Amino acid sequence: MLVQGIKSRPVYTGLAIDLQARRHLFALEGEGIEALLDQVKAVGAQFLETSDILCVGKLPDVKAEYMWSAPTIPVLLNRLNVNLINAKMGTRLYLSGTEGFIGQAMKIALDQNIDFNSIRTEHRGSTARRVQCVHCKGITDDVKTSPFTCAHCGLNLLVRDHYSRRLAAFQGVCIDAEQPGTAPAPVVMFP
Amino acid sequence: MSINTDMAVQVAAIIQVAEKVKRFRLVRVDGLPLPVFSGGAHIVVSMLDGDLLRRNPYSLMSSPTDQTAYEISVLQVEKSRGGSAFLHEKLNVGDKLTISQPLNLFPCDVRGRKHIFMAGGIGITPFMAMMDQMTRESSNFELHYAMRDRKHGAYWQELQQRYAAHRVKIYFDVEKLFIPTDAILANQPLGTHLYVCGPSGMIDGVLNKATALGWPKQNLHSERFLAPLPGDIFKAELKRSKKTITVGTHQSILEAVEAAGIDAPYLCRGGACGQCETSVLGCEGIIEHNDIFLEPEDKASGKTIMICVSRVKGQAITLDL
Ligand code: FES
Repeated sequence: MLVQGIKSRPVYTGLAIDLQARRHLFALEGEGIEALLDQVKAVGAQFLETSDILCVGKLPDVKAEYMWSAPTIPVLLNRLNVNLINAKMGTRLYLSGTEGFIGQAMKIALDQNIDFNSIRTEHRGSTARRVQCVHCKGITDDVKTSPFTCAHCGLNLLVRDHYSRRLAAFQGVCIDAEQPGTAPAPVVMFP
Repeated sequence: MSINTDMAVQVAAIIQVAEKVKRFRLVRVDGLPLPVFSGGAHIVVSMLDGDLLRRNPYSLMSSPTDQTAYEISVLQVEKSRGGSAFLHEKLNVGDKLTISQPLNLFPCDVRGRKHIFMAGGIGITPFMAMMDQMTRESSNFELHYAMRDRKHGAYWQELQQRYAAHRVKIYFDVEKLFIPTDAILANQPLGTHLYVCGPSGMIDGVLNKATALGWPKQNLHSERFLAPLPGDIFKAELKRSKKTITVGTHQSILEAVEAAGIDAPYLCRGGACGQCETSVLGCEGIIEHNDIFLEPEDKASGKTIMICVSRVKGQAITLDL
């Protein structure tokens, strides 16, 4: 069960290196490094000479001007924030990994006044979602089913395509409010 | 326009602010407050010059929250089609005009971390309202203002006094002082927005440099009011209105349509907004696309035209109007 056809659902159009950019800043997570490697195959490795690559975990097997591996997503996001504060116009930001990761990195960028349309994104890896419970406002990461149980307040939540860039999360609404306990069985929708 | 929201105004003051530049202060005839606007907005001024109706867009330069009057500044242009000549030579204090509601096709992106304004000559006007607004919002901005010389340049002394010289940088062509565009564009923090208003050549030059330096298009903003260019006389057949009109040398299709008493949609009258786009049903001749709205493919298709600035070199055009 999923509520679809909502305009706010993000679309990820691919990393597509902007060769006019003077610097390239990558924030990658998990299978997101594959998206970078595909770009190297597509346009050559030259852009790496002016690239900063921040990765959660393993670094890709390439030579960029600067590469840094973060142990976890929150650590990477902190670092990304510092990089963006110091970055100059002419720097293009590229994000790839799971939706939850892209969303959180995008939120950091938005808070640094970057227009989201200028950010290049590519979804790689699990389709699990980051969902906010509209009732208790708690955010549950890695949601694979709809409905699912809110990790904070325990309500049964239906996942909607309604997305908030400000929160970097989809919205989940109580599915059995009228008659608690009548929620349909969870179905795996975001493997 | 189908809903008439025009306002009758009266000229309260005319002030010569620089060589060839006059400022006009307009107040409402009915004494009501004027609408608040946002910096970058313009109005379309309708003026009756003899029995000729002229409608020209002008950027509002007064404070956006001042509801007692709107102010515009007008440059007297050599080869004026009449609008600026009329305002400069014929209009007197106390005369009445009709103005449209303010409309903003050049707004500030309030999400920006920093805002850089680049003005050439009379292109300073929208920035005056923007800077007033940004000061109130405590936004970070700087102005780079290029003028021919100190006599022709308007408002630069006032602006430097009001906003301090480190935020208002001035450049004069005759003194060989030019805006160091490359140096400025290469050293801005991520999240900066650039706004350019001035002669077309200047706008193109600055935008091309910014793009080459990796600025994304979302952070680039410009406004140019294109005056309709003169051309040959041709006929326009208006299919839906069942009328054929003649478009004169110094007239745009839109003006000819209006002179025939037909209401056609418009907003900017400068080839920028897209509102006046009209389907072309047939054409004996070549369409001269003078707008900056249509994509090159649309222009090449010959199926659509912006009637506020574009015209036909040839005999006639048939429009879905
Ligand atoms: S009225 Fe704006 S493009 Fe013609």
